[in-house]
Amino acid sequence: MPAKIVVTDITKSFSTAKGPLNVISAINFTVDDGEFVAIVGPSGCGKTTLLNIIAGFVRPDRGQVVVDGTAICGPSPKRIVISQQGSVFPWLTVRQNLMFGLNGHHPDKMALADRYVSMVGLKGFEKGYPHELSGGMLKRVELARALVVKPEILYMDEPLSALDALTSLQMRIELRRILSEDRHTCVLITHDVDEAIHLADRILVLSARPAAIQAAFEVPFPHPRNLLSPEAVALKVAILREFGL
Amino acid sequence: MGKVRQVLPSLVMAALLVAVWWALVVETRSVIFPTPAQVVMAMADLVRQGTLWDHIGASLFRVGAGFLLAVAIGVPLGLWMGWVKGAFTTLNPLVQILRPISPIAWIPLAILWFGVGDLSPIFLIFLSSVFPTIVQTADGVHTIDRKYIQAADNFGVTRAKLFLQVVIPAVLPQIIVGMRVSLGVAWLVVVAAEMIALRSGLGYLIIDSRNAGNRYDLVVAGMVIIGITGLLLDSVMRRLERLKLVGWRYAR
Ligand SMILES: Nc1ncnc2c1ncn2[C@@H]1O[C@H](COP(=O)(O)OP(=O)(O)OP(=O)(O)O)[C@@H](O)[C@H]1O
Ligand SMILES: [Mg+2]
Repeated sequence: MPAKIVVTDITKSFSTAKGPLNVISAINFTVDDGEFVAIVGPSGCGKTTLLNIIAGFVRPDRGQVVVDGTAICGPSPKRIVISQQGSVFPWLTVRQNLMFGLNGHHPDKMALADRYVSMVGLKGFEKGYPHELSGGMLKRVELARALVVKPEILYMDEPLSALDALTSLQMRIELRRILSEDRHTCVLITHDVDEAIHLADRILVLSARPAAIQAAFEVPFPHPRNLLSPEAVALKVAILREFGL
Repeated sequence: MGKVRQVLPSLVMAALLVAVWWALVVETRSVIFPTPAQVVMAMADLVRQGTLWDHIGASLFRVGAGFLLAVAIGVPLGLWMGWVKGAFTTLNPLVQILRPISPIAWIPLAILWFGVGDLSPIFLIFLSSVFPTIVQTADGVHTIDRKYIQAADNFGVTRAKLFLQVVIPAVLPQIIVGMRVSLGVAWLVVVAAEMIALRSGLGYLIIDSRNAGNRYDLVVAGMVIIGITGLLLDSVMRRLERLKLVGWRYAR
C-alpha cells in the first residue's frame, strides 16, 4: 500500500533584514494511511513552518508534498489544520463554529454539529461564545470543528501545549478515544516528548534550525499506554538524548 | 445604587460649573450674558412655542440622512479597499487627500451646488462621515488576524461565506467605532453648516437669536441643547458596541 503522505526534500528559507534565514533543510518522510506521526523539535526550529508547508499554506523553496499520489498545491478540507494559536471564530457560537466547515450536502447540519460538540464533552455549550469558554474548552471546540468535516488527515500544531498538565493529559486520552472511533491520519507537532509517546505510532525528532530529521522512533506500545512503564521511560530517555539532555 | 454613584461625580462637577457661571455673571453685573436661570427660562420658552423640537428635528434629520448615506457608501467601499490590494493603492491616496479638508471648507461649494436647502448640510455631513468610515473599515480588514482567513481557507468555503461569516463579523467592531467617530463629527458639522444658511436647525437658532436682538440666553440655550443631543447620540452608538454580534471584541 502506498503511503498517504509523502514529503520529499522540503527546503525553506525566509528572507529577513539580516539576510536569508534557513528554516528547513531537505526534510523527507512518509506517513501511512491511518498512522499517527508525532514530530518533536526544539522551540523555534521551524515546526510550524514545516506544518504550514505540508498543509499547503506555504510554498516550499524546493521539494514537494504528495497526498494520495498527487502533489498538493494548496489547503483542502480533506486535510484540516489545528493551529498553534487556535482559530475558533470568536464571533460565532460553538455550534456555528462547527457548522462553518460543513459545506457539502448534509441532511441536518445542526444535529451533526451538536453530536460532535457532545463528543468533545461540551454538551450544553452549543450556544455559548468562545470568550465564555476556558482555554481547554476552546481547544475542544477547535478539535470538534476539525473532526466534524471528517478530514482524512488531521494536522495538529502543539494543540495541547497551552493547557495545564492535567487538562492536557485529559485531552490526550480523549483524542485517543476519538481516534479509535473515527479513523484519521494524524501528524502532531509538539515539543512535549511525553505527549508524543502517549499518542503517536512513530516519532520524528527534528534538529535545531534549520530543521532536519535527526532521528526516528517507533512507538510499539498498545493503547491505553502507560507512560511510566520501563519501556516508555527508556524511549523517553532515548529521545531526550537526541536533544542532548 | 452603583449607577448613582457612577454619575454622581459628573453631576457635582456640572453643578459646580453652573454655580461659578452664575456667580461670575452676578459679580460682573453683565447685562448681556445670561445667568443659568435665564437660559433655563429661554429653553422653557422654546419648548412652549414648540420650535425647539422643530430645530432639533431638522438638525437630526440632516445628520441622519448624511450619516446613513456615508455608512451605506463608506462601509462597502472600505471593505473593498481593505480586501482588494489594487483598490486600496488606487483609492487610498485620494481618500487621504480629501479627508483632512474640513467640511466647513466645503460650505461655499455646497451652497453653489446644492443651494441653501436641506441638501447642502446633508452633503457636508456625508463628506465628514464618509472618510472616517472608509478608513476605519479598510483598516479593520487589514488587521484581521491571518489565522482566521487561513482557517476559512482550510475549510474551503465559498467567497460569499468567507465574506459574510469571517470578514464582515471580524471588521464589525471597527466599523462601529468608525461610525461613532463619524457621527460625532457629523453633529459638529451640521450645526456649523446651519449657521451659514437655512431657516431651521440648532445652528440657525443660535445665529438667528444673536442677529435678532442679541438674545444671548437663546444662544447659550442652543449650545446646551447641542451638547446634550451630542451626548445622547454618542450613548446610542455606545449601545451598538454592546451588541452580541461584537461582544466578543470587548470581552476580556
Ligand atoms: N514569515 C516569516 N518570515 C520570516 N521568518 C519567519 C517567518 N515565519 C517563521 N519565521 C522564522 O522561522 C523560524 C521558525 O519558525 P516556526 O514558527 O516554524 O518555529 P516553531 O518550531 O514552530 O517554533 P515554536 O516551537 O515556538 O512554535 C523562526 O526563527 C521564525 O522567526
Ligand atoms: Mg510553532
